[in-house]
Amino acid sequence: MYTILDKVQLAEGIFKVRIDAPLVAKNWKPGQFVVLMVNEAGERIPLTIVDGNSNDCTISLVFQVVGRTTMLLASKNAGDKIFSILGPLGRPSEVKKYGDVVVVGGGVGVAEIFPQARALKSLGNYVIGVVGARTYSRLVLVEELKSICDEIHVCTDDGSYGYRGFVSDLLKRLLEKKDTIGYVYAVGPVQMMKAVSEVTRDRGIRTFVSANPIMIDGTGMCGVCRVIVGGEIKFACIDGPDFDAHLLDFDTLESRLKTYTQRESEVYQKFKGCEYDG
Amino acid sequence: MMDSEEASIRQMPKLLTLEERVRTFNEVNLGFNEDQAQKEAARCLQCPKAFCTSGCPANVGIPQFISAIRNGDYKRAIGIICETNSLPAVTGRVCQVEMQCEKACILNKKRVPISIGLLERFVADIALKKGWKKLKCEQSHGGKVAVVGSGPAGLTVAGDLVKLGYDVTVFEAFHKPGGVLVYGIPSFRLPKDVVEKEIKTLEEAGVKFVTNVFVGKTLTLSELFKNGYEAIFIGIGAGAPIILNILGINLSGVYTANEFLVRTVLMKAYLFPKYDTPVDSGRRVVIVGGGNTAVDSARAAVRLGAEEVTIVYRRSEEDMPARREEVLRAKEEGVKVLPLVSPLRFVGDENNHITKLESVRNKLTYIDKTGRPTPISIEGSNFFIKANMAILAIGQRANKAFTQTIPEIKLDRDGYIIVNYESRTSLNRVWAGGDIIGGTATVIQAIGDGKRAALNINKTFDKSVR
Ligand SMILES: Cc1cc2nc3c(=O)[nH]c(=O)nc-3n(C[C@H](O)[C@H](O)[C@H](O)COP(=O)(O)OP(=O)(O)OC[C@H]3O[C@@H](n4cnc5c(N)ncnc54)[C@H](O)[C@@H]3O)c2cc1C
Ligand SMILES: Cc1cc2nc3c(=O)[nH]c(=O)nc-3n(C[C@H](O)[C@H](O)[C@H](O)COP(=O)(O)OP(=O)(O)OC[C@H]3O[C@@H](n4cnc5c(N)ncnc54)[C@H](O)[C@@H]3O)c2cc1C
Ligand code: SF4
Ligand code: FES
Repeated sequence: MYTILDKVQLAEGIFKVRIDAPLVAKNWKPGQFVVLMVNEAGERIPLTIVDGNSNDCTISLVFQVVGRTTMLLASKNAGDKIFSILGPLGRPSEVKKYGDVVVVGGGVGVAEIFPQARALKSLGNYVIGVVGARTYSRLVLVEELKSICDEIHVCTDDGSYGYRGFVSDLLKRLLEKKDTIGYVYAVGPVQMMKAVSEVTRDRGIRTFVSANPIMIDGTGMCGVCRVIVGGEIKFACIDGPDFDAHLLDFDTLESRLKTYTQRESEVYQKFKGCEYDG
Repeated sequence: MMDSEEASIRQMPKLLTLEERVRTFNEVNLGFNEDQAQKEAARCLQCPKAFCTSGCPANVGIPQFISAIRNGDYKRAIGIICETNSLPAVTGRVCQVEMQCEKACILNKKRVPISIGLLERFVADIALKKGWKKLKCEQSHGGKVAVVGSGPAGLTVAGDLVKLGYDVTVFEAFHKPGGVLVYGIPSFRLPKDVVEKEIKTLEEAGVKFVTNVFVGKTLTLSELFKNGYEAIFIGIGAGAPIILNILGINLSGVYTANEFLVRTVLMKAYLFPKYDTPVDSGRRVVIVGGGNTAVDSARAAVRLGAEEVTIVYRRSEEDMPARREEVLRAKEEGVKVLPLVSPLRFVGDENNHITKLESVRNKLTYIDKTGRPTPISIEGSNFFIKANMAILAIGQRANKAFTQTIPEIKLDRDGYIIVNYESRTSLNRVWAGGDIIGGTATVIQAIGDGKRAALNINKTFDKSVR
């Protein structure tokens, strides 16, 4: 069992939890994730490790409520226990000194780019953050990101805060003005990552994204997380989750994510009655 | 020989009714009662040169335990079995007996071999029920051993070494120990309480199980050594699914058998939504492959409510590597077997969901190095099988997720760990066994490997550590 030490709501439907998980905290590196089960009858779901501290033995996760398991997790509070956490899984991100880099986050993805932003910064890169959300009330961690990044650009789809439009539009404007960017790292909804990869493709900028397929074991044993990268089948849990955005087949990723949409929304609707604090 | 004739000679176990079989995940084969066990044991010729024992990969003392059954001394019978086989309640259910002991049994010449598997299961079940399997352990001497992976190989090493006074910890990546026994083989063949009882026996003897640890990532081998473990056994199985790279493989509704079985067996998707993990319950399901994994998937699909379940296999039905009994049961349950067929591509609808499988018929040609005829496709024989779900069960291979974290361990070309006759890997103080060292990929082989490794770990300790 793993104890939740604290929980905060960051925005509408988005929460951050800090959990006691000594072994994960000790060996964790940016880009890695955990697979957790809230209770014994629960589903196994992957979540990015947003922060890990080997001194106090904790890891932090930020998640958006989209279905049954994330809702269940949101219903837990400090002191409550999580049934199972396996990690750190996946290959750590590749972080190097490039010069000028951009980290792009959409929605809950803003939280997931933190580890990269920090690591890139500590290697002496000039780090530019480009982040956005559907609307102001869904925007998370902008202030915190400002303290890491050298520069930050914010947008919302509806214009309720910052630039009005998508992060990919904002990135495009940025790249038009600045031709020194050597690396882009993006996390967010599949369509957003795809749009980002289109923006950087013609300019030949090295771009990586964190693929987010459905996962079960997270250790390479079930194959549900398979993605196509440069025409080859890869397992996101062990070969990724970071992949070269210009080689990743986003359409297949998107369509495979929909496999369970109907069945899961049935349960979600059914359980929606039992409120979570949010 | 006709089935009825065979039945007049061999004892036939009681089976669950067909109606109950297709609706539930309850165990199908109910085993022998005492009377049947006695009658079956009485048929044994007690051969001085026991072919059956040589046919068993773990060399179980078969005539000896059968003799003990005859004498009604079931405690002695289980004692004899456990000398070489630590999980008889499991192997008595899942061993490929028709390829092993029962194939070798002298009475098989007349096609009526002794039902060795069911006799083994008979005594093993009594032992589990009565708690006879309590392990007698020597005084602890503090030797610390780590076992990586909790499949049959790891469980065997743990049991043998805890008996010899070692302090044993088993690390398992999943949230539940048991390996394929809990995440692969469905409960209609191997009830989960059987495995749970075996694990409890080990726990009571002092074996520690630590779940949610993927060795190589959560803890590295060098950390284990630093934490005081003096010997490490690697029994991580070979669970990576082989994926056929054909058109449509990534359509939704196309599963690997591993995914389908992990969802169904481990995560209990058949109890959805009481358990949160969903699984498609396709109406028309097609399974590609011919081994136990294929047949288990087919029968699980029947139980999840599929209307039409078809297995396509590239060779002839007789060549299917699955247990014979299970193929028979699957067909009783309505599974269709289409032999001599290879898949070409999956076709999907506008939502990228599978609608059919295009296949081609094969003919058999020359015998290959595995002793089986090679199938080649017959030109122009293409046809479609309608399906809204497909399950790929064409085999497993070594998973590199662990081995790539420790390049010092030598692997063969296919990624299996190389061991010597003492089960040692190329890395000092590290042993390995079970599916990860290649070989036949059976439970009994994994147990045999575990026995050998435990023996050699103990020998090394005697010499060097203590
Ligand atoms: C490596 C990795 C890291 C991730 N990190 C984070 C993170 O840090 N924070 C976070 O909020 N989410 C993250 N995700 C996504 C997260 O795993 C899913 O949102 C979660 O599994 C949904 O579970 P659920 O039971 O609540 O919803 P479900 O009922 O399972 O699904 C609800 C809806 O969400 C969709 N969905 C299911 N799985 C995913 C997925 N993997 N990605 C996107 N949509 C999905 C379904 O299609 C469905 O429409 C990550 C995914 C991966 C693979
Ligand atoms: C569906 C199916 C049906 C089968 N039917 C039969 C049958 O009828 N008869 C038969 O004899 N055989 C059968 N087999 C084969 C048999 O189950 C295997 O040969 C046997 O289980 C191998 O045992 P093992 O101990 O090597 O590993 P496994 O049983 O594969 O267990 C390995 C364990 O190690 C864990 N692990 C992996 N990597 C790590 C790591 N790095 N750190 C920690 N833990 C790790 C895994 O999660 C797993 O639990 C079947 C297999 C399948 C999949
Ligand atoms: S070969 Fe058959 S008959 Fe002979 S001892 Fe073994 S089980 Fe009995
Ligand atoms: S999640 Fe099962 S193989 Fe990647």
